[in-house]
Amino acid sequence: MNRAYRLLLRLYPADFRAEYGDEMAAIWSQRRRDTALVVFWIATLCEVLLNAAAVHWDILRQDLRYTLRTLARSPGFALTAVLVLALGVGANTAAFSVTDFVLIRPLPFSHPDRLVRLWEKVPGYSEMELSPANYVDWKRMSHSFDGMGAFWTISANLVGQGQPEHLEGASVTADLLPLLGVQPFMGRLFTAAEDREGAPGTVLLSYDLWQALFGGDPGVIGRHVDLDNEPYVIIGVMPRVFHFPSRNAEFWTPMRFHEHDDDFRDRTNNYLNVVARLKPEVSVAQAQAEMNVVAGQLERQFPRENRQTTSFVIPLRDDFSQQSRLLLMALSGAALCVLLIACANLANLLLARALVRQRELAVRTAMGAGRERLVRQMVTESLVLALIGGALGVLVAVAAVPLLTRLVPAVLPIAQSPTVDLRVLIFAAAVSLLTGLGFGVFPALRACRQSDLIPLREGARAGGGRKERLRSALVVAEVTASVVLLVSAGLLVRALLRIQSTDPGFRTEGVVTLKTALPMPKYEKTASRAAFYDRVLSGVRALPGVSNAAYISFLPMVMGGGIWPVEVAGKLEEMTRSGSRTASLRFVTPGFFSTLGIPLHRGRDVSDSDTMDTPFAAVVSESFVRRYWPDQDPLGRHFKMAFHDRVIVGVVGDIRVRGLERTSEPQVYIPYRQVNDGWLIGYVPKDLVVHSASAPGSLLPAIREIIHDADAEEPISNVRTMADIVAGQTASRTTQLRVLGAFAFVAFLLAGVGIHGLLSFAVSRRTREIGVRIALGAQPSGIVRMVLRQGALLAVAGVLPGILLAYAAGRALEGLLAGVKPADPATFAGAIGLSVLMTVLGSLAPALRAVHIDPIAAIRSE
Amino acid sequence: MRETRQLAAFLPLPPATFHILLALAAEDRHGYAIIQDVAARTNGELRLSAGTLYRSIQRMLEQGLILETRDRPAPELDDQRRRYYRITPLGSAVARAEARRLAQLVRMAQDRGFVTERA
Repeated sequence: MNRAYRLLLRLYPADFRAEYGDEMAAIWSQRRRDTALVVFWIATLCEVLLNAAAVHWDILRQDLRYTLRTLARSPGFALTAVLVLALGVGANTAAFSVTDFVLIRPLPFSHPDRLVRLWEKVPGYSEMELSPANYVDWKRMSHSFDGMGAFWTISANLVGQGQPEHLEGASVTADLLPLLGVQPFMGRLFTAAEDREGAPGTVLLSYDLWQALFGGDPGVIGRHVDLDNEPYVIIGVMPRVFHFPSRNAEFWTPMRFHEHDDDFRDRTNNYLNVVARLKPEVSVAQAQAEMNVVAGQLERQFPRENRQTTSFVIPLRDDFSQQSRLLLMALSGAALCVLLIACANLANLLLARALVRQRELAVRTAMGAGRERLVRQMVTESLVLALIGGALGVLVAVAAVPLLTRLVPAVLPIAQSPTVDLRVLIFAAAVSLLTGLGFGVFPALRACRQSDLIPLREGARAGGGRKERLRSALVVAEVTASVVLLVSAGLLVRALLRIQSTDPGFRTEGVVTLKTALPMPKYEKTASRAAFYDRVLSGVRALPGVSNAAYISFLPMVMGGGIWPVEVAGKLEEMTRSGSRTASLRFVTPGFFSTLGIPLHRGRDVSDSDTMDTPFAAVVSESFVRRYWPDQDPLGRHFKMAFHDRVIVGVVGDIRVRGLERTSEPQVYIPYRQVNDGWLIGYVPKDLVVHSASAPGSLLPAIREIIHDADAEEPISNVRTMADIVAGQTASRTTQLRVLGAFAFVAFLLAGVGIHGLLSFAVSRRTREIGVRIALGAQPSGIVRMVLRQGALLAVAGVLPGILLAYAAGRALEGLLAGVKPADPATFAGAIGLSVLMTVLGSLAPALRAVHIDPIAAIRSE
Repeated sequence: MRETRQLAAFLPLPPATFHILLALAAEDRHGYAIIQDVAARTNGELRLSAGTLYRSIQRMLEQGLILETRDRPAPELDDQRRRYYRITPLGSAVARAEARRLAQLVRMAQDRGFVTERA
């Protein structure tokens, strides 16, 4: 019984327990005799909990008051500590909020862990959209899934609500949205009957579109709108957090053809994105295994179309590029480095303070304060600093997060920007607490060691070599971490420069682009489009300063897809062996190559005289020629692509269709008139490119007017310069680099401050020794050398492991380095040079102070 | 004047503190004796728990309202584990000030007719 009460007494602080525990136990056992047992225990428990908390609170209040007083007495220290912490916690909180948002947090769907994407896997592509017929068969033959749905992204002009608007959206099968487990914000989802050929048009709006276009009018349900000149009824609005398939989606319509319709017979045209929900007991690996069997059966059944076609199952959560993942991990790693450096710096500051305060601590011990009590007081002080710094750090994070949104991959079904919410705040609080304990507990324990608490009798020279060594170790660790960050940032700078210097294969300066939507039934006929192009292009070419203009299906780097299988008579075997049987397909108007400065190496450009009545022509890129007719004359050669036999009339330079960092398929350009009415409408040229000497701003009003004259209902969107498009290729890298660079800079400064602090302290402790040396005739240069040597030792001790770790970090970052070697000598030399500079700068002031020590004053002061 | 202000900083006293001062007014007591005295004076209505008692005692020692005394009773009555506490002049002054404050309150209540003798 008594033992149990003694155990409860452990809730009190040790000092209090030592002081009063015996008497309390005695009183308690006397009490126990005259009260009923259960009631007594409950009362005891409540009483102990309340009073122990109260005693702790009393101590905390005392410690807080004491802390505020001591901090107020050294505002410089307090300010430095808080700022260093704010940077460290802020960097980590910002990095966490983005990393958590992109990599960890579950997607906003029901049971998101069971959602997967399905892809076809063919030679050369790990992720290829499904062909409709394969989708139908995969769905029919598999048993791993509770459901499977498909979508493709579309864009459409919305007319009838003020200005014509160009909108991005998705065309979905009726079962897709229920499969995701989402409910509409208002209205309802699609029915199966609405997803049939010939069904009247229905559309769901995104929350943002509803707000922007209809001002959040709840009466919008049932309203009619025109999308690409076809009537649609609004049947619902999706929730605010619903972004599917990506954050660009503003509306959803049913595909409106049935899975048994003719449209779904095609096995070679891959355009369906497929999402499925795993059955609860099925793992991704099991589903993958089953789909491989299914794909194998289909390959045997359709050996021609499904040659070497397998499947790829990946959780929806993970379906974005490895590069995005690596960018974020590097960011988090760098943030952690900064925090560790900040901790080391603060631990050092506190150790120095503890040395200075040793007399005070000794006095307090002499007056009866236990060691535990002193440690507790010092830890309270660290925690107060950490929490103030952490609160500021959250503000830093709030300011920094919007700068990081470029690191959020656009393909994920999540909003563009994470918000700093409770989860993030808890993280920040945890980091602050851990930091406070991390840099506080150790120095406190160290300072309060009984053996060290004797200097009441001694002079102020206590402290000894042990602490000096510990502090040196901390500074060395800072230097190491800053070298790692400097090298990582340096490697990424080199990679960025290398990518930016990649030749895209086309002209970027002076080219403006925009999109005209050419809605479908209206522009279904090739002739009607030709008339439109004629009017627009002849008008634009006549503008002053314009050298040329043209239309193309998709702009390079904006759209990497639009890939089509190529068949060359007698080359089928070779092609499948080399794993490449596709090329990027584009329809162009004459003048495209000269507008973008793509060199025409042989033959001719497409021409207005290439029509349905003349042989089907194609201009191909050099790599296309290299693949099929190496070292032969390609002009006049035939190949089959996009339903027709085509003859090569020209050869142009290759361009980077898929972007600066990815390998692109060879390119095939087809005259815009050589396509049957209503065929291949996805490939209709909608992007206008204009090369001119005038500034885009001065040109645009005239271009808009010309387009308006050609078709008053034609909205214009995506106005950009080609230079911006290419710069966009490296935007996320640039962002990441800025952040990492800032981190490296902070780390570098902190390490410099660390060296400076340590040496200053060492010099002030050795004032008497240095005074004696000077008195004995030591030269100033000798004194300077002595201090600098200490600094150099610290730097060398930090740089050497730093180089090894930096190489390891470089290896981990290799996927981001675009071919720059992780051991890039220039980067390492630069980082080492900076470290030397930092050491010299950090040591300079203490060295000068040492030289100016007045020997007489120094010796007398003891 | 300065002294009054100093005393005012203690007021109002927590009930436990006031009762402990009352218990120590007549004689030095150890912890359990304080509890018993308080219980007796309040007809058993207020029974201080050990935790409340010693938490109050700790704070009162720090504030200088009481002190721990080295005078012990005759050895045959003494228990070595026990500590005895004595009220300080400051403690007496604070207790008087609190009593004055309470008396004033009661007078005010009487003026408004809230207090009937021996309710």
